[in-house]
Amino acid sequence: MAEAHDRPPEQFTLRMRRYDPESGSAPYWDEHTVELEPHRSVLEGILQARDRFDGSIGIRCSCRQAICGSCGIRVNGEPALACHTHLDAALASANDGVIEIEPMGNMPVIKDLIVDMDAVHWKKIQRVTPWLLAKQPVPEREYLVSKESMVDVTQTMACIQCGACVSDCLAMEVDPGFIGPAALAKAYRFVGDPRDDQQFERLNDLAQDPQGIFDCTHCFKCVEACPKGVNPMGQIMRLRRIATQDHHIVDQNNGERHEAAFASLIKNNGILWEAELIPRSYGGNSWFGKFAPAAGKELMSSIPTAVRGLLRGKMTIPKILKPHRIPKPDLGAVQAIYDKIESRPERYELNLYIAGEDEPKEPAAVATGAAEESTSPEGSANR
Amino acid sequence: MPAHDVLIIGAGLAGQRAALAAAEEGASVAIMSKVHPVRSHSVAAAGGINAAISVDDDWRSHAYDTVKGSDFLGDQDAIEVMCSEAPKEVMELEHMGVTFHRNDKGEMDLRAFGGASMKRTAYVADITGQALLHVLYEQLLKHHETVARYEEWFTTSLLRDEHGNCCGAIARDVRSGKMEAFTAKNVILACGGAGQAYKPTTNGLIVTGDGISMAYRAGAPLMDMEMVQYHPTCLVETGILITEGARGEGAHLLNANGERFMEKSAPNKMELASRDVVSRAEQIEINEGRGVGPDKAGIYLDITVVPRKRTLEALREIVNLGKDFAGVDITREPIMIRPGQHYIMGGVKTDVDGRTPIDGLYAAGEVACVSVHGGNRLGANSLLDTLIFGRRSGEHAAKRAASMGMPEVDVNAQLLEDAARIDAIIKRPRDGRRVSEIKTELGETMNKYAAVFRDEAGLQGALETIHRLREEADKAWIDDRGTVFNQDVLGAIELGYMVDCAETTVVAAIERKESRGAQFRTDFPERNDGEWLKHIDVTLTQDGGAGGPQISYSPVTITQWQPEERKY
Repeated sequence: MAEAHDRPPEQFTLRMRRYDPESGSAPYWDEHTVELEPHRSVLEGILQARDRFDGSIGIRCSCRQAICGSCGIRVNGEPALACHTHLDAALASANDGVIEIEPMGNMPVIKDLIVDMDAVHWKKIQRVTPWLLAKQPVPEREYLVSKESMVDVTQTMACIQCGACVSDCLAMEVDPGFIGPAALAKAYRFVGDPRDDQQFERLNDLAQDPQGIFDCTHCFKCVEACPKGVNPMGQIMRLRRIATQDHHIVDQNNGERHEAAFASLIKNNGILWEAELIPRSYGGNSWFGKFAPAAGKELMSSIPTAVRGLLRGKMTIPKILKPHRIPKPDLGAVQAIYDKIESRPERYELNLYIAGEDEPKEPAAVATGAAEESTSPEGSANR
Repeated sequence: MPAHDVLIIGAGLAGQRAALAAAEEGASVAIMSKVHPVRSHSVAAAGGINAAISVDDDWRSHAYDTVKGSDFLGDQDAIEVMCSEAPKEVMELEHMGVTFHRNDKGEMDLRAFGGASMKRTAYVADITGQALLHVLYEQLLKHHETVARYEEWFTTSLLRDEHGNCCGAIARDVRSGKMEAFTAKNVILACGGAGQAYKPTTNGLIVTGDGISMAYRAGAPLMDMEMVQYHPTCLVETGILITEGARGEGAHLLNANGERFMEKSAPNKMELASRDVVSRAEQIEINEGRGVGPDKAGIYLDITVVPRKRTLEALREIVNLGKDFAGVDITREPIMIRPGQHYIMGGVKTDVDGRTPIDGLYAAGEVACVSVHGGNRLGANSLLDTLIFGRRSGEHAAKRAASMGMPEVDVNAQLLEDAARIDAIIKRPRDGRRVSEIKTELGETMNKYAAVFRDEAGLQGALETIHRLREEADKAWIDDRGTVFNQDVLGAIELGYMVDCAETTVVAAIERKESRGAQFRTDFPERNDGEWLKHIDVTLTQDGGAGGPQISYSPVTITQWQPEERKY
């Protein structure tokens, strides 16, 4: 809900992580106290410090309204656009009453808050063939396509390339080669575009790549990080669904079967049976399948993980040998969700740009989407 | 030393469109920008792009609306070019991949916009500029073999050979601090307007008049500089823009008495009169005490009259802006706005192919003045301007390049001079003012005296202030002594660019002793076609600039529409 914008200026202390590549010294912390109305942005705070105290503070910025994508930083450890983060909100999430400001992660720092986006972000964008491969022949006027399809891809078109999602992508931290949330969201912008001629080729490419769509670990970090509601992880999941369900692409990374195994395990047990996951990923949901040679290999390689789980008590021998289930009534409720989703004639896909309600008095947007989408305005389902 | 057929400075819509066009003509192209191309301020254009693509529409109707919008100061030959080529251009962008919103038949949907006689504005929600800019950048990535990109390079001056022709530019690699001379057969300036000479402004921090000033210093005439557009709907506190698309979708403007005051000045078009008319009407309400808010300094923009679903779908960006930057849910309550500096109609004087009077130097987009906007630009005509004249400049420059050899010019003297200038700024003693202080005073001066209403005394006072600020700017000191990403020193150079733009704006505003378009002189409140149906050109005297700005005039081209009284 709207907040009050009529409070007088207050003092805010910013602790900035500075780095001067020419000094030969390590990064250091630098504190400045600024005075601004609480709803003003962290960017305005940084600029006041720069204007009044130290003109050498390095930060990229331009529009001040969250559209140019220049000022991606970390505020109190979380990725954000400096111009899109209010000082009072930043103070509320600070540990010790000081707003901590750092450059984004997963990208090398050039100076102060400025990171090398070319070396990471833009390279990954180029990986996904980021231009329309238009269907031929090109019409004389516009391509005739549905209203919904254009609104749909506008969600990913709305990505401002700020890098906030890249900054905190956990999969990229482990595997720097992962194509990553921003570039894969960009890929959806073409895969979802009915004017593009290469939907299958694009999806097959991204599915077969070991660092492609199945490299995402579903951690939601990018969804939280995105200042524009692009929902990068959601787009990656849509790429997976279109690749597997519409094009029946079976990838060499076993991503498609792994995901199916996950889904069927939860359907059967209501909770994950870890020991069965890998065999089922390779052999499918059958007893003989468990002895697939590739499964054996993968099982061997995951023994250290299993042992660690045993040592920490996360796993027990009976849990490994015997399927564990949630209580029956709960399992029934879980399975009812599956039944409801699987009985739909068409898949529901979410899009923030298609808003569900017209009149304020109507009940909130269709329930399907409400839980998954946290960014406002209200998300809702569309087919 | 890099050498190219066509060097484009600025990588917003005009620059990127020029680069693509020149590359398609077979030229070797370089595009240079002080920021990454997708950060260019074209990204902030929200509402849409005008083109007579509807079967019920005709480009002549678009052209007439534009002429009328310009208060008959626009050059009609240029307006005809822009409006007649618009449908093809927009279709081409659609084919490149712009996700234009569709109607139920799957055709491009069109929305209403100010000063337009019918729905003619194609749009992508309210992120049209962003969608266009990102799609053009996709094309640059696709054509990476023919278009060299110099991203985060700051241009310090234009090169001219002994014949006076433009033959390249000196630039500084922002990342390394390295200075480099780029020779080119042609240079296209496409680096935007000068909004940062005003405070507040809707323009980004990078919009500092670099191209206008560099061309002016190189001897190119500037035209229509007095014509500065105040957008009717900017957030009261920060000056952030609320798109005209809101009024296009049906939103109302209300004064403190809850009246739709546009009835008084534009009984037919109401909120969708041209921007100069609406901004003036708002300012009158505020000046006469009918404003809203604690200081009565605002006007209510009521978007709640638009169906909520439509607002969320087609005006999503301003729903978020309202919430994040004003604390208002625009789907539930009115939001407080006021007029704010948004665009400059003036710029480097060009013809319809983007040529300036200096051979080899082109300009396109907000940096240029063709003039298609004259005294007042219609909403959604700026994106069109950038694309049409960006493309035409690129094509023309590429063709010109094909018929000539690479200029041989000794660049060292100027390269060293620019490097020394930067070095001197870095080493300035700390006995003057800070760059930021001078910039703030400049912006506030312009916003007070060269705004919606102007008069002789105010403008003369502003000019005196600007002269003092120029002296102070020449001595302003900075903190950053480094070379890597020294944004501080670039800020000092930008300040000099902005002072040039402010000075030429005020000089031209003093000169034009009438009220036309965005220039409203309270001491000359009427339009005076007899004396002032002409452009004011401002040129820097070529004695090293000591004589300051010189005024001359050029005629307005009229093809089929004679000036008439302007009513909305």
